[in-house]
Amino acid sequence: MIDKQLRVLVGERGLLGADASGIPRVAPHTDEECALVLSAASSEGWHVRIEGSGTWIPSDAPADFALTTRNLRGVTDLNPADLVATVRAGTGWANLRSTVLDQGAWVVADPPGSGRSVGSIVATASSGPLRTGFGTLRDQMLGLTLATGNGEIVRVGGRVVKNVAGYDITKLAVGSFGAFGVITSVNLRLRAVPRVDATMLAYGERDGLLRAARSILEAGTTPAALEVVSPLATGQSRWAVIIRLLGSDAAVNADRLTIASAVAPIALKELDTSEAAQLWQTLLTKATTGETTLRLGALPTALETALDTLAHHVDEACDDWIMVSVPAGVVRWSGAAPPNRLRLLRGVCAQHEMPMTIERAPWHIRSTIGHFGAYRESVGRIIASLRRSFDGRGILVVPLSDES
Amino acid sequence: MVDPQSEMTIPPAAIDALCSVVGDQWVRTSAAALETYASDGLPTHHSCPGAVVIPENAAQVVGVLRALEQHAVPFVARGAGTGLSGGALASEGAVLVALTRLTHICEIDPMNRRAVVEPGVINAQLSAATEPFGLHYAPDPSSQSVCTLGGNVAENAGGPHCLKYGVTGNHILELEVALPNGELTTLGSPGGEPWGPDLVGLFVGSEGMFGIATRITVKLTPLPRAVRTLLADFSSLRTAGEAVTAIISSGIVPAALEMMDQKCVTAVEASIYRAGYPTDVSAVLIVEVDGTTEAAVAEETGQIASILQSSGARSVTTASDPKQRARLWQGRKKAFGAMGRIDSDLSVQDAVVPRTLLPDILEQISRIGIDYGLSVCNVFHAGDGNLHPNIAFNGKDPVMRKRVERASNAIMHLCVEGGGTITGEHGVGLDKRNLMPLIFDPDTLGLMRRIRRAFDPDERANPGKVLPTHSCRKQRMGSPQPQERFDYGSGTRRTAQLAPQPPAER
Repeated sequence: MIDKQLRVLVGERGLLGADASGIPRVAPHTDEECALVLSAASSEGWHVRIEGSGTWIPSDAPADFALTTRNLRGVTDLNPADLVATVRAGTGWANLRSTVLDQGAWVVADPPGSGRSVGSIVATASSGPLRTGFGTLRDQMLGLTLATGNGEIVRVGGRVVKNVAGYDITKLAVGSFGAFGVITSVNLRLRAVPRVDATMLAYGERDGLLRAARSILEAGTTPAALEVVSPLATGQSRWAVIIRLLGSDAAVNADRLTIASAVAPIALKELDTSEAAQLWQTLLTKATTGETTLRLGALPTALETALDTLAHHVDEACDDWIMVSVPAGVVRWSGAAPPNRLRLLRGVCAQHEMPMTIERAPWHIRSTIGHFGAYRESVGRIIASLRRSFDGRGILVVPLSDES
Repeated sequence: MVDPQSEMTIPPAAIDALCSVVGDQWVRTSAAALETYASDGLPTHHSCPGAVVIPENAAQVVGVLRALEQHAVPFVARGAGTGLSGGALASEGAVLVALTRLTHICEIDPMNRRAVVEPGVINAQLSAATEPFGLHYAPDPSSQSVCTLGGNVAENAGGPHCLKYGVTGNHILELEVALPNGELTTLGSPGGEPWGPDLVGLFVGSEGMFGIATRITVKLTPLPRAVRTLLADFSSLRTAGEAVTAIISSGIVPAALEMMDQKCVTAVEASIYRAGYPTDVSAVLIVEVDGTTEAAVAEETGQIASILQSSGARSVTTASDPKQRARLWQGRKKAFGAMGRIDSDLSVQDAVVPRTLLPDILEQISRIGIDYGLSVCNVFHAGDGNLHPNIAFNGKDPVMRKRVERASNAIMHLCVEGGGTITGEHGVGLDKRNLMPLIFDPDTLGLMRRIRRAFDPDERANPGKVLPTHSCRKQRMGSPQPQERFDYGSGTRRTAQLAPQPPAER
């Protein structure tokens, strides 16, 4: 029955075959079709699962139908002189990067995972190591188009680098896991490709490397990326500190000297271009090693506490994939743990003022503990009210938090 | 002191309740006292609040908001009143909550590059306090010597160095917020990682309509160890604009890239803020380069100087000595004050356009000035495409005021048609509320209104600002009026009554 109704809305070309669980999949070609489908779902009370390329969060949420962004593809506007691009949500991140690079520009974000769509990366706020030097994904966003759960199309932000007109709905949508609607396209800030790109690393013990990383910050330098990673992440037997410098020859040379002196006696090895590219790709691809990937926010001086807490609750053998963005105070872990353990971990972390985000996990985990949780006073009420504003009938199947 | 003789539209019981929270001496109701708060930095708007309350700390802010909730009185939060959109003005039916007594720097945490401050702390004072640690608070609005961080958060303030370091929103990690009903909550986390959807990002720039930030955790940035400032002059606005694009495209991100046109340069050079700019030019660019070493900064300065020359600069001078640099910046930062020489009032406008359109837009703005018989000066953040066309005028002349308003509207339409926006850092406030439909459709405006109600169901926080309520479409779903449904037989929409449902958190 739903198939027939969806066919009326998007035509034969917008309807894909049923997924493995037997629910219909609809793939709108335009923002308007997307909004129309959501509007109809809202009218009928159909529950909707939002899908990108299916390589990050599993396509396993129970729903009446799935709405995939796969037909919303392409870089629709690219202005290398203004350093701005508009790209549709279903476009592959790798395609976006290469299209932009062809024009001598660069999207300053290195999200974990592989084969992901732009919409998935934006909706889950998947920032990578470059957040240290350039800010998180939200800092690269100039605006976006959102088809809300109510079936409205809202266009917020713009294509200019400064904009304070109206409330910043772009920031609310980035990292909301689709709880407010389907992001159909985004306007991204680009940068010119840096002249020098250098990566250096050293192996050692975890806490010694964390101290070394902090000594780089104390020396007054902020690299483009500064990660301390677990043995599984590099495929070696010890933890590693990995540093990336970007910029002009003189700036990179100056930072190289400052950093070498700050981390002494640890000796850093500089990688050649292909080794470095391979290393970063391996690190990020392995973010899906375990069935769950999560993110903890901690102060740089509290990273040992965050890692010890993580080890105690979900990584007792200390053999999981972990990346720590030291200056940003972010720990990312991938492994396997039951929901009750993860819930306990979140509670303990909250006591330390460390928020925990489930970035990807199977449905039984997401639905049990939510992407977010342990909200402070009044926050849960505000978020529930915001969700009603965007999705009045609650059709979007997004387990945003562990609070109902 | 409460003046019992003054005319009040705020219920006396509410005034009594405020007095019991903060003490009589911190509640102002006399006409003379209220007049002090009747304007902000934009002289085209004037409105006296019904009362002013000046709490001392977060607990008193909470007490004040609870009292106002109880008496259903609207309120407007205000910092130093340097805003440029009429955003901190209150009507006689509202209470103005001045935050200028919440001035404590609560914590400076150099290891984690962060500081915790109360909202009344002055922007430049925070940087002065963190300087001994080799750190500073990077966003630097021109009013930084007087404006408060609470105001910066409300407006998402910018400044010249935001080109490299980002605007206020990029530097706020955590906010303690007194909601309009007097509940105290915390958004974000000590290190900045969101705790749920990004409510910090949503709150920053909400122009005081979601509540009052009572404690602000900011990111600190290492002070650059080497800085050089270049001054380039151009014989046409177009070549200056083209030089801006050439610099940004080169891959070097200057710390600041500012432009002033001839009228502005002339005003500065005739004032006490004289900076030694050449006055026989069409435009000057001020470019600042900073970094961790002299060698790195010298290399980038050399590259920028050569780009400026090949882009048609008549001359390029470089200053590395702090005094010389301060002098070059003085002219830029005090330009608004210098324009007081042209006429008694100044309409400071704010819009953003794609950088590559700067030459065309500047020419058209100049034409608009001629068409309306007004003198338009431009001093702005060229690297961001953030224009500040300023119109000096005699505010006592109503005809002139109308002309200024019309010319400003024409400039805003021009910028929006060019793919830009109506404000880059000054906010919408009262001044641009009616321009919002230029860039947002009724659905988006309606959604903004619903978002505001998630924080402030009664719409008592800074009422009448930002949203042109008549242009906001009501919610399609969950509202009591008939809703559209689809007739799948005919493929058309029809209307039906839908029952609202609570959100599903599945």
